[in-house]
Amino acid sequence: MKLTDLSSDINEWFSGSGPLADIVISSRIRLARNLAGYKFLNRCSTDEKSEILKKLRDVLMSLDLGDKIFYISVDKAPPLNRHFLMERHLISRHHAFGKGPRGVVIAQKEFFTAMINEEDHLRIQVLKGGLQLSKCAEQINHIDDMIEKKVSFAFSPRYGYLTACPTNLGTAIRVSVMLHLPALKITGQIEKFFNAAKDMSLAVRGLFGEGTEAAGDFYQISNQVTLGVSEDDIITEFEKSIIPEIVEYENAARSQLLSEQMDLLDDKISRAVALLRNAHLISSQEALFLLSHLRLGLNMRESMGASSPAIDTLGTLSKQSGRKGKGDGLSIATINRLFMLTLPAHLQLNYGKTLDATHRDALRAQIIRSALNQGL
Amino acid sequence: MQCQICNKNDATIHLTEIADGVRAEMHICEHCAQEQGIAVKSQIPLNELLSSLLAVQPSDEELFGPDEKGDSTSCPHCGFTLEQFRKEAVLGCPYDYEIFEKPLRRLIQKAHNGKTTHCGKIPSKTSTGTKKQIKLITLKQQLEAAVQSEDYEMAAQLRDKIKKYETKKNEVDRSQ
Repeated sequence: MKLTDLSSDINEWFSGSGPLADIVISSRIRLARNLAGYKFLNRCSTDEKSEILKKLRDVLMSLDLGDKIFYISVDKAPPLNRHFLMERHLISRHHAFGKGPRGVVIAQKEFFTAMINEEDHLRIQVLKGGLQLSKCAEQINHIDDMIEKKVSFAFSPRYGYLTACPTNLGTAIRVSVMLHLPALKITGQIEKFFNAAKDMSLAVRGLFGEGTEAAGDFYQISNQVTLGVSEDDIITEFEKSIIPEIVEYENAARSQLLSEQMDLLDDKISRAVALLRNAHLISSQEALFLLSHLRLGLNMRESMGASSPAIDTLGTLSKQSGRKGKGDGLSIATINRLFMLTLPAHLQLNYGKTLDATHRDALRAQIIRSALNQGL
Repeated sequence: MQCQICNKNDATIHLTEIADGVRAEMHICEHCAQEQGIAVKSQIPLNELLSSLLAVQPSDEELFGPDEKGDSTSCPHCGFTLEQFRKEAVLGCPYDYEIFEKPLRRLIQKAHNGKTTHCGKIPSKTSTGTKKQIKLITLKQQLEAAVQSEDYEMAAQLRDKIKKYETKKNEVDRSQ
């Protein structure tokens, strides 16, 4: 398995499918576990870390996940490959740029990854497109059970699963949903969303998790409380209450743009189209920002049947825009592909060598131009 | 309050810097903050927040309560101390949760909305005795909550359940 087999296309969870996929990009559940009888990683010697790595790697590689699985030694991987894995949400920033023996087990379809020796000995995650938390929960629980048959995890009757950081203690579950909220941003209501999330003890993070910016109007919302509340309760609250409510607010903001602020909406979309179709140098941040407005316009056209001068223009864009473009005009799948394939590490892996920022910006602009101008 | 740098605009950014145990405060306007290259983070990752909370605590007594010695205890299993936890925001080994149970409790409560007891998945390998112990802990916590909310009917039911469980547990213990 080569990373370029992955980098040439988007992963399944980002393909634009799944419930509420126009606003909910993905659902992710992560469990943190530590082997009983070992110290936490910050007190482990390199040899102990290697021992943990080998033990967990052997267990994980023997699992039947219904998909091919492969292992990558993260500490030995070149920085570009590590960066790529992070862009792909297969490993965290902490894992990509941490220290010591560590690795990741990945299911080829990318619905499952297991980081070994991240902050905890083991962090397993299941990812799916759209709002599918219950399905993620079912799958990760099954995988966790399979692993637990082969190893013992540090567990206390009072505190539950013991983690290196007390903030993850108990269920050690992190439920994260990635949302695309451009209309809340444009209408200036995003702060309300932040405040509401804060009041509910939820964390809001950027596109690539902890410590990252909310680029392209993508936000990850996740639980912070892991102790004293069951996995089922956390998941049900997210799936039945928190996320549908945010989706409703975003939809209301989209309707508001259409009925009260059409000039503002059209200005955003038209500028995005003009720049993306003509720019010769475009940074990753700018691309995310502009593609976000294009995605908003397309979603409003497809899901709400919205019509405005700028939204109607999107319908006239290339019929063959991108490999997966279907039907009339530019497709959401194409936009999603552009989001992911123009990220710095994806660009360079697909190009076959490392590039400086200017060359990356030129290549990015060229890919976007050709996707949006084809067939016109 | 006026900006301490330009002395013109209102100070909207209030910075507290603690270096080598010395606390310094600065009140500045947004414009000067930008000029000084001070970025204001709107969201702080929880780990950072936790370590900053720990760093700002003025004394062990305030943080861990008057009875705690704080830093002098070290874990016999991994050699970890609270001083190290304060710097790194991660623990050294699973036993640290027992060794530093009292001092950590306030932090755990803060991080988990006042909760201190696990409620959720239990490893399948867990022995029957431990499972009962967990059930007992959960019941006791529910009892506490019922008393606090003055739901005495529920409290009485829970008390009876606990008694029943404790009797059963003792029987199991004696038979082992």
